Amino acid sequence: MAALFEGSTLCALSVAQNCTESGIEGIELKGDDDHVVVTDSTRSITVYKVSDQKPLGSWTVKQGQRITCPAVYNSKTREYVVVTDDKVIRVWKDDDISLDKAFKATVSSDVWRVHSAPDQEPVVLFRRGAVQLLDSLLAEPQQDVENILSEEEVIRWSTLVTSGKQQWILYITEHKGEHCLHVQSLGNMSRVAYRLEGTGSTSLSYSVSPRSGNLHILSLYPDGCVYESIVPMRLPEGVEGKVLPLPRTLLLMLPLGEGELASASAVPLDSAHVAVVGVPHPSAGAGKDYLCIWNTNFQTLQAGKEMAGRIYGQLWCYCGKLYVPHGKALSVIPFECQKSSLAAAMGKLKQPGGCELNPPVPVASWGAVTQEQTSASAVETRKNRLTRKSQGASAIAVDQLIELIKTGSEDQVHKAMTSFLSKSDLPGLQLAVGNLASALVTRSLEEPSFYPHKVLVQLVHTKCLCHSVCPDLLKLALEKKDSALCQFCLQVFPDIPEAITCACLKAFLSTPDSELETVTLETDSVAYMEGLSAVTVQEKEENETQQNGFSTPAAAEENSSEAQHPLHQKPKLASSMSLDMTRPVGLHKAVLLNEILQTPYSDSFLLPHLKDLSAPQVILFLQYLQFLYVKYYQEINTQVPALRSPTMTQIIDWVCMLVDAHFTVLVMAPEAKELLAGLHSFVKAQMRLFTGLGKIEGSLHALKKAKPSKDNSQYSIEVIELF
Amino acid sequence: MGEFKVHRVRFFDYMPSGIRAIAFNRQTERIAVARVDGSVEIFTILYNLFQEKVIPGKEQRSIEALCWVGERLFSVGLSGEIIEFDLHNLRPRFTIDAYGGPIWTITANPQGTHLAVGCEDGTVKLFEILEDKIQFERNLDRKKGRILSLSWHPSGTKIAAGMMDMIRVFDVKTGHAIHRLLVDKAAGAPRDQECVVWSVVYLSNDTVISGDSSGKVKVWDALTGTLIKNHDVTKWDVLALSLSQDETSLVAGTSEGTVVQFQFLSSVLGKEDKEWVRTRTFKNHTHDVRALAEMDTAIISGGLDTQLVVRPLLEKHDVKSQASALRKAQFPHRRLVSCAKKAQLLLFQYPSHLELWRLGEGEEEGTPGEKVPVRRIPEKLLQLKAKGEEHIFCSAVSPCGEWLVYSTTSSLRLYKLQYENNNISITKVSKLPKVLRWAHQLCFSADSSQLFAASGRSSVHMVSLNPEGCKHKHTFKPKNGSTQPIHLLTVSENGLWLATANSDCEVHIYSLSTLKSHCTVPVYRSGVSAMAIHPTKNNLFIAHADQQVFEFSIELEQYTDWSRKVQREGLHLKWLERDTPIMNVTFNPRNPDHIILHDMYMFCVLDQSLPLPDKKSQFFNQLTLKSLPEQERKTRCHAFKVCKLFQPLMCVDVLEDHSLVVVERSLLDIVAKLPAPVKQKKFAT
Repeated sequence: MAALFEGSTLCALSVAQNCTESGIEGIELKGDDDHVVVTDSTRSITVYKVSDQKPLGSWTVKQGQRITCPAVYNSKTREYVVVTDDKVIRVWKDDDISLDKAFKATVSSDVWRVHSAPDQEPVVLFRRGAVQLLDSLLAEPQQDVENILSEEEVIRWSTLVTSGKQQWILYITEHKGEHCLHVQSLGNMSRVAYRLEGTGSTSLSYSVSPRSGNLHILSLYPDGCVYESIVPMRLPEGVEGKVLPLPRTLLLMLPLGEGELASASAVPLDSAHVAVVGVPHPSAGAGKDYLCIWNTNFQTLQAGKEMAGRIYGQLWCYCGKLYVPHGKALSVIPFECQKSSLAAAMGKLKQPGGCELNPPVPVASWGAVTQEQTSASAVETRKNRLTRKSQGASAIAVDQLIELIKTGSEDQVHKAMTSFLSKSDLPGLQLAVGNLASALVTRSLEEPSFYPHKVLVQLVHTKCLCHSVCPDLLKLALEKKDSALCQFCLQVFPDIPEAITCACLKAFLSTPDSELETVTLETDSVAYMEGLSAVTVQEKEENETQQNGFSTPAAAEENSSEAQHPLHQKPKLASSMSLDMTRPVGLHKAVLLNEILQTPYSDSFLLPHLKDLSAPQVILFLQYLQFLYVKYYQEINTQVPALRSPTMTQIIDWVCMLVDAHFTVLVMAPEAKELLAGLHSFVKAQMRLFTGLGKIEGSLHALKKAKPSKDNSQYSIEVIELF
Repeated sequence: MGEFKVHRVRFFDYMPSGIRAIAFNRQTERIAVARVDGSVEIFTILYNLFQEKVIPGKEQRSIEALCWVGERLFSVGLSGEIIEFDLHNLRPRFTIDAYGGPIWTITANPQGTHLAVGCEDGTVKLFEILEDKIQFERNLDRKKGRILSLSWHPSGTKIAAGMMDMIRVFDVKTGHAIHRLLVDKAAGAPRDQECVVWSVVYLSNDTVISGDSSGKVKVWDALTGTLIKNHDVTKWDVLALSLSQDETSLVAGTSEGTVVQFQFLSSVLGKEDKEWVRTRTFKNHTHDVRALAEMDTAIISGGLDTQLVVRPLLEKHDVKSQASALRKAQFPHRRLVSCAKKAQLLLFQYPSHLELWRLGEGEEEGTPGEKVPVRRIPEKLLQLKAKGEEHIFCSAVSPCGEWLVYSTTSSLRLYKLQYENNNISITKVSKLPKVLRWAHQLCFSADSSQLFAASGRSSVHMVSLNPEGCKHKHTFKPKNGSTQPIHLLTVSENGLWLATANSDCEVHIYSLSTLKSHCTVPVYRSGVSAMAIHPTKNNLFIAHADQQVFEFSIELEQYTDWSRKVQREGLHLKWLERDTPIMNVTFNPRNPDHIILHDMYMFCVLDQSLPLPDKKSQFFNQLTLKSLPEQERKTRCHAFKVCKLFQPLMCVDVLEDHSLVVVERSLLDIVAKLPAPVKQKKFAT
């Protein structure tokens, strides 16, 4: 169990109204665990004694100067270090009264941060990625500093990690939306870069904890997910200059309520607990001003505390105390985490309390697997080696093909691809197809004129592709209005996110019919739709009575009995609708919509995206669904054969979801009124039919029961046959 | 493959008896189970749960508690006697009256030198354990009120005794009571209703844990005599407690049929201050859990619902294996039905009587999957009540149906049956050879001319049967002088070979023509659950409790090629995962390659001419095969043809007219005959 204790206010914050910044640049420990150095982003640096909540000293820089990095305390020399105006390093002691008179040195390059650990020399991290010890820098301040990062690469976050005698500087950079983690060991100055998985959204906070031979990097994303990535302390050798993929695992999914997180922060407290600030308390509404401790083993909330005022998404943890700036104060909240023995008792924890030495990073990322080439290992079975061999052979071809894709024309690529696909065997294909598709999509995105429709269709047809392998493919197809490819993807991919499904739906609904009719779609589904439409015509010619129990007299009778019902202004609506129903959309559009209906989805994820549809789109889609629904009932005994067709349940589910998502819109829109009324009476008639069927089922069941079963007799002679 | 006419018999009203006590012997890994009818069963947990030995009960014997001392097994009961069982001859070894009225409990001190018994008159009596007997030593101070449960402190210097409304702690040396721990009544119980301490456990750290009729498990400090913790477990009684060997886990059995586990844990990892925390609840029983034992990796429980359950503690198993599966013993692992193949008779063995039935007759032809009209219904020919108080040990009917024999622990009776039209007359054969005093197992030769009776020290008596009289012809004795009892006997169809299997997993083969020991089958680790000699090939087919099967050629004195193939290729996992042992082996007279095996849930025709199923193939493939066309079946079928149409099975046998007889006993019928379980509040009742 973990507990948060009664906190105290360390100092007041000078924050302007509606300011999203707390005004605190950083909090660092000063030597022992009772003193902290608080750097104000305006101009001052203050030292506090935490137990007394009392300032012990304060220094201010001159007007016009700017503190650009939190002050740190060098416990070896009992000096403070701060950087002003990016380039000026100032060093002073407790008894210095003014910063101006303190030692200062101007360096040649911009400094990002100065980091310090107890009893260690402070380390300077430059904006361009260079790392230097402070004393060696100050010995020759104007020395040249090498540039490791490119001009556009910006450091977002950095920290110093100490474990035993080793120290590492970790910093995360952003470059064109891609985030990289750089780990620099201070012992041998080796540096390794990792590409963080799941780029796209920017993490709100990072934190690192060294644990059993590994560095655990925790990152909190705006969607409430806390991910953990593991980097071995012993940095891999021979990877200078390369960027390794860094897989991440979802550690915790914080309940968000509504909207995304804007300012929040997560800090690991021990191997099982994480402190989070700025995330709503699951049982206290949507307010985000809470400090919570979560157990990551069991995904349970262990302690929570409401913090008054705005939360700035800043959180520091030193020596059993959490420092949270909120509202107009900086609070210090002591906490305690106890390791529960529950896991041990339930057999979940194999070595309770024992120190386990983890092997270096487990690779648990599909991305990593597809990137990595096969590595030769000494203990391989013969069979394994054989498959590896064939994989290797195809891998060479894949490499060549990828090169070709980067430069070649569409025709060349098409030819090469055809020959490649005809040769390849299955085991290696999955990897190869994924890589090829990614390469094709990347090129197409970069080069608007390059769009190899045929090749992409070919790749999708191998059925080795899924959405997560190449997430941009479907987006690309939508962008290029390639409905045929969209159809294939919808058919083949098992893992299309609901957002994309909705985007497809929207695109299909908004494309005019005339444009779609020229597209060549899969013949089977087109034939199915044609068949379905033909049935109506034929049916209409043959007879007017329905065969599946949907009787027009029933509907009429019902309507007459409820004559006052406002929805039944047109008494023959249901029946007339079912007979003269024409397809509200073009043939090809209908085919595409059918594909949407058949994609797997989860309604809770789909609903928010469905709301994006405009009212005319909703009505059109609803009309089409109604058409299908009615058609299915008519056509029940003249089934059109098809491999893929939407089922009744799928149609009804979509109707429900659509009405759910756009209830108010449909109620308000006058053009939807007739549609809704028709749907209502049709459903009502169906309900009556099913009640009748239910009754029949009941009586048949009773009949079956009444029949004496002879199975419980004491003796029988039976003949059985064994095969 | 073929059609079978099946006589489906459901008129055997077998009724198992509730479990009263369980004792687990950690050294030998044997479980002794005492039932309400006074019988004692010995199970082994090595290689599946298998019932090795059965000691039949007696009319007036009721066992309240069991206790192992080394390999010796003691019991006490309400008759006031202490019984030691002779596990080699499957009978009481001696009986001593404790002169203290009914005895409720017995327990041995951890040193194995003394037994303490708790009597109705309130005395705790100590007995010294001697080489071949026990001797009364002294009484501890007598207190008013019966002693229901006892537990020794591991040092052997103190005893905790559960009584009515209280627990007393005695000093063994002085015999005086040191502490009196008062147990409260259940809240709202009538004033005169006493609280019964059904079970106590004395831990080495001087903690006493008690389970009582108010539904509580209480933890006491025996040094100060104070209550430390009170766990309210059930609204009914806590009947049994059992402690693990390392004293970190305790299980409690309740009247609701649940088993509740407590563990000695600290609430914070790594800290010292541990306490008993209720952790898990298992529900494998419908009725009172009267007896419990905790093994290192599993909990054994038994109660009035008659089944013995071995529930594995999954955190102690790293891999899924046979040891990590839940096991239940519902039916005895020996045959209670014998079948007269020629006369189409079935003999059912009940504890104190026998029933002889004649099977019905049906039309000759029938279509598969259908019932055949029954022309003549089955008929109960005879109900024979056993003489005396003792329960029937074993019984047999001869293939021709003219001889019937049964044995109790002290007497053996042979009857001659005569059928005249619809009348049946029974005459007891009066002059039996003196060697035939009792038998562990009985069996007739195929031509009904000889009776074989397994007796003590693994010996078998051969007696020739004549209407005039019976004559002892020979006694077969194993060469190695084994003292274990024989539990299986089988004679070859041609009357040349006799095979015996005993509890030491030994299989001996004797030649009936030379009257000499022929050979011994190599000893396998697991007990023999069923065996039979092939009528034409003279191969001995052996099924073991761990589901392995062997075929041993008697003439060549070696395993057959088929058996070697099975061992080489391994049996299918689905076969090995089965829960119950093979209970009978017979052969299909129409096809010499067919061996018919059955356990509780299926019967199986093993076709030796077909390939064995490989690991990946579908094992239970009858439905698949049925749906395939004729030609394709050939490529898909394998040696094991399993039929699960009839279950649970007590017996499967083949009659002379090639039809099968299956005897089913519905578990629901058994449950229906049990007394009603305690009433529990269910939702919306």
